[in-house]
Amino acid sequence: MSELPFGITQKELRIGIGIAVAAGIAALLPLFDQGYYLSLSVNLMLYAALCTAWTLFSGPTHYVSLASAAFFGLGTYAVALGVESIPFPILVAFGAVAAAILAGLVGAATLRLSGVYFVIFTLGLAELVRQVVTWAQAKFTGKTGLYVFTDFREMHIFWMLLALTIAIFITGWLINRSRLGFAMQIIGNDETVARHVGIDTARSKILLFMISGAFIGIAGAICAPRYAYIQPPSAFNPQISFLVVIMALLGGTKRLWGPLVGVVPFIFVMDFVAARLPNQMPIVMGIAFLAIVYFVPNGVTGVLEKALAKWKARNAPAPQAVADKPAEVRP
Amino acid sequence: MQIIVTGILLSGTYALIALGLTLQYGVARIMNLANGETLVAGCFIAFWLFASFAINPILGLFIIAPLAFAFNWGIYQVALKPLVDRAKNRGQLEVDSILATFGLMFLLQGLMISGFGGEYHSYQFLSERFEIFGSAYGLNRVVAFIAAVVIAAVLYYFLYRTRLGTAVRAVAVDPNSANLVAIDVAKVAAVTFALGGALTACGGALLSTFYTFNASMGVTFTMKALIIVIMGGVGDVRGAVVAALILGIAETLVATYIDPGLTIAATYTLFIIILLVRPQGIFGRRTT
Repeated sequence: MSELPFGITQKELRIGIGIAVAAGIAALLPLFDQGYYLSLSVNLMLYAALCTAWTLFSGPTHYVSLASAAFFGLGTYAVALGVESIPFPILVAFGAVAAAILAGLVGAATLRLSGVYFVIFTLGLAELVRQVVTWAQAKFTGKTGLYVFTDFREMHIFWMLLALTIAIFITGWLINRSRLGFAMQIIGNDETVARHVGIDTARSKILLFMISGAFIGIAGAICAPRYAYIQPPSAFNPQISFLVVIMALLGGTKRLWGPLVGVVPFIFVMDFVAARLPNQMPIVMGIAFLAIVYFVPNGVTGVLEKALAKWKARNAPAPQAVADKPAEVRP
Repeated sequence: MQIIVTGILLSGTYALIALGLTLQYGVARIMNLANGETLVAGCFIAFWLFASFAINPILGLFIIAPLAFAFNWGIYQVALKPLVDRAKNRGQLEVDSILATFGLMFLLQGLMISGFGGEYHSYQFLSERFEIFGSAYGLNRVVAFIAAVVIAAVLYYFLYRTRLGTAVRAVAVDPNSANLVAIDVAKVAAVTFALGGALTACGGALLSTFYTFNASMGVTFTMKALIIVIMGGVGDVRGAVVAALILGIAETLVATYIDPGLTIAATYTLFIIILLVRPQGIFGRRTT
């Protein structure tokens, strides 16, 4: 076996090539359809990015974050405020920084305490930011909304979201290899142990939350041109937060790719509901939450993994088949 | 002065809602995020009783409270008991109950929107002038406040002067030890959860006499109730009352002097101060 740079294993290389091929095929999609399917794919890509970014933080820590809509809205607003005078990439960066700062503040206030405080705080966060933005907008500009005119079309947004999703996956992989990722693994298993071996648990969690928030902010910034006219209620729509949680938990948050398994079917369900029964949305979301808690508490990937482990155990009763994932030894 | 009185009158109903939640979370260990929906259901039933049968909302409480008690008892037994039994530890139960009650929240909200529509409702009940210290207030607000005080006093008597009330407080302190002194923890938890729901529904019925309500406003009230509960200390009755007073006055101040659209910002400012200074609440004990 030849030596690979940066200590990348053969398996990781194969997975990387597989992802590159899949992303390449996905990138070709806008060339085939420009209408309904492209629009659906943009939604799919958007939630793939949001849910993966959410899982980056909530997967290892088990904290349920409902702040997605707040970060998303900040990203959208960053673009809306400066779209006429400042280049788009810089605005996207602004969105990321604004979301990361908000995440840092929220984290500093709540992540030192138990998980309940965090959930409660993030539950109202989007509403809080929306109220403040609405108030500031009315007071200082006298307007209720902002126009966003760009040359971007649906296909450009799709490509940007695809690139963002890949960037999140690469970041997640890099975090896993870093000291932060190692610390998160220990915190996820037992926080008391983590504190005793000298990990600053609050700092690690806040840092990870900021990274996750920044990516959600970027997703919001990328989507700003889609709206054309932006008002606080549409930018800070709390439904985004809940949908992200449902899809990510449906897929399973133990692996970073888990949420994708939840996003794909749920986007189709949502599309169907939005088209046929637009007023029944809360009922569908309610049933989805209940179904996840009672029937698939570990997500679809959890169920699949269990089935796979059983199947492996039956076919090869060797001791290593019991192990979930063979430990990788690194020099 | 007028602001403080308005704030105090508002805080009466807030206190009832928060008492309901603090019982559910402090004793039954269920973080009930569908609490606001129970409140909205209370509003709608009071409205329906008043509009269709001309039943005075204060008398309506005697219908609404038992209904809400039965309904919440059913929810606890059917939906939440399995989670309590399944949970390996407190953290697991917390995450599960939060997600499950989110589900209930959306489900109930969706059902109420289909049933009553999304628009705002209100009705005229005792909307007359009532003077306190020379300024005029709505008589309905004063009556709602008095009713809330009476209900809270009855609750206090129940918790501190009866056998079952003592059992409830014992479970709040430590379910395992309560079990050792022959308290049926499962039963007490179910009863307390139902009682919490009944209190919240009463709060809703009183609120509906002076407040314009709609089917999707539950979350806002859940939020306020949660902040009051944390501010007062989880499971603490006196704390919830004091915190409700603080929140009611703070909200009225912000709405009067800065902007009525910033009430959430006001509650959040209080919330952040509490989290940074005293996360266990005003009367709460520090747990390890």
